Amino acid sequence: MLVQSLAILVLAGFVGFAVISKVPNTLHTPLMSGTNAIHGIVLLGGLIVLGLGAEGVLNKVLLVIAIAFGTINVVGGFLVTDRMLAMFKEKPKDSANAKGAGS
Amino acid sequence: MTTVVSLLYIVSFALFIYGLMGLTGPRTAVRGNWIAAVGMGLAVIATLLLPGMGNWWLIALGIVLGTVVGVPAARKVKMTAMPQMVALFNGVGGGAVALIAWVEFRTTDGYAHEPLYVAIASLFAAIVGSISFWGSNVAFGKLQELVPSKPITIGRLQQPLNAVVVVAAVACAVAIAAGVSSEWLIIGVLVASALFGLMVVLPIGGADMPVVISLLNAMTGLSAAAMGLALDNTALIVAGMIVGASGSILTNLMAKAMNRSIPAIIAGGFGGGPAAAGGGTGTGEARPVRSTSAADTAIQMAYASRVVVVPGYGMAVAQAQHAVREMADLLESKGIEVAYAIHPVAGRMPGHMNVLLAEADVPYDQLKEMDESNSQFPQTDVALVIGANDVTNPAAQSDPSSPIYGMPILHVNASRSVIVLKRSMSSGFAGIENELFHDPKTSMLFGDAKASVGDIVEELKNL
Repeated sequence: MLVQSLAILVLAGFVGFAVISKVPNTLHTPLMSGTNAIHGIVLLGGLIVLGLGAEGVLNKVLLVIAIAFGTINVVGGFLVTDRMLAMFKEKPKDSANAKGAGS
Repeated sequence: MTTVVSLLYIVSFALFIYGLMGLTGPRTAVRGNWIAAVGMGLAVIATLLLPGMGNWWLIALGIVLGTVVGVPAARKVKMTAMPQMVALFNGVGGGAVALIAWVEFRTTDGYAHEPLYVAIASLFAAIVGSISFWGSNVAFGKLQELVPSKPITIGRLQQPLNAVVVVAAVACAVAIAAGVSSEWLIIGVLVASALFGLMVVLPIGGADMPVVISLLNAMTGLSAAAMGLALDNTALIVAGMIVGASGSILTNLMAKAMNRSIPAIIAGGFGGGPAAAGGGTGTGEARPVRSTSAADTAIQMAYASRVVVVPGYGMAVAQAQHAVREMADLLESKGIEVAYAIHPVAGRMPGHMNVLLAEADVPYDQLKEMDESNSQFPQTDVALVIGANDVTNPAAQSDPSSPIYGMPILHVNASRSVIVLKRSMSSGFAGIENELFHDPKTSMLFGDAKASVGDIVEELKNL
């Protein structure tokens, strides 16, 4: 089990390196924000430990907080990234087009 | 059912990787982000399908709480406050890891009946998650100006004290792994790591914060991967490790773009940023400049609505005028207004630039005289300075001791951003330092003007 998991870990590391080979500076912040949302995957950890039977009030409270934290990480992360990227969308260029047509 | 879950996990990794690939290019980024989000939704659904899941109300409570807090925060935050929001989201992720590791400790009697690797991975996750949580909160506080953004240090004791808390955290962790199952030990691990997170980030200046946030982001990824090892969950391992690896690379790229080294940033204490470092001394050799790439220049211009080219002697030497013309045509085909600002003494003779540009068939009405150009710089998104130096030097207006004081200049620094194409940091014809290159709005694209413009043209074609 451990060896298999370690193999997956190493391969995933190489995938991570390979994906981010060449990124323009302009996209650094959105990309950071996007990867930030992805590590919200820790949410699953909370779901598993709580869902598969945690006992005791303190344990349950801690796990509900962990799940809430993970959810904030995921939902907030993806939404913020989307808002950042919206700034890069093409602007309407009416004035420029009109000028181009006139000349 | 576990097979179905595993298969769904595989689909969600594929979506994460595909989404991240999309995020590295400007045209595919928005879609990439949503693809990754779909992957995340799938991973959550798959986990809930695991046999034996219970405590549904509590799970729902956690998710609802997170959504109620996260969505409005992400929706309402101002664009300028984005970096600290990312820091905060990153921090809660790290906090979640630390909490899960703590509960794991409590439910397994100090990992007593688990294999050793589970204990090690959980303890690693607890340490790194706690550092990330507290470090990110300090980063948030600094950027939000709740904490002074200037470096806060406690002097010479800083490094030894950092070492002490690290040793304390590791010592508690080793004791746990060796079989001591007192709960105070795991609390010791979490608290010592928290102190370390606070003490490492507090001395770092505001200007370096984006790099620090990126580093903490990578660390949270690694802690998630470690948690995945402990819980034997492939989704956590893969997604966490991808973030850990890509986050490290990204941190490096960001540090390079700002001309800073990561060890120097972590050592901290002097990261007050270019504004603090640029305090009017005449010896400018070691002062920071921001360098950029052709790809970035192309993107920045492609999203501008008005670009002004400021040609100088460097363009003439490199014979770059034809490439410049090609670049301008591409920009105009995207609906961007392009003009040329011609300083009367740009180059080595009056009218030098007009002749060169006319040779490349640049429409005459795009060539603007100095006065007209200066009145239009405030409405300009990008001023692209190609091999011009002294004619843009603000010292000519502001520094009476400068040899070129009194010379009329092109006020390129009035535009929203400035990109300077230049072979090196050497000074211009007059042999004096140019303040413009150290302006926070300015980025430098080093290289031969013709080659650089050629690269920009290629990048523009690919956009």
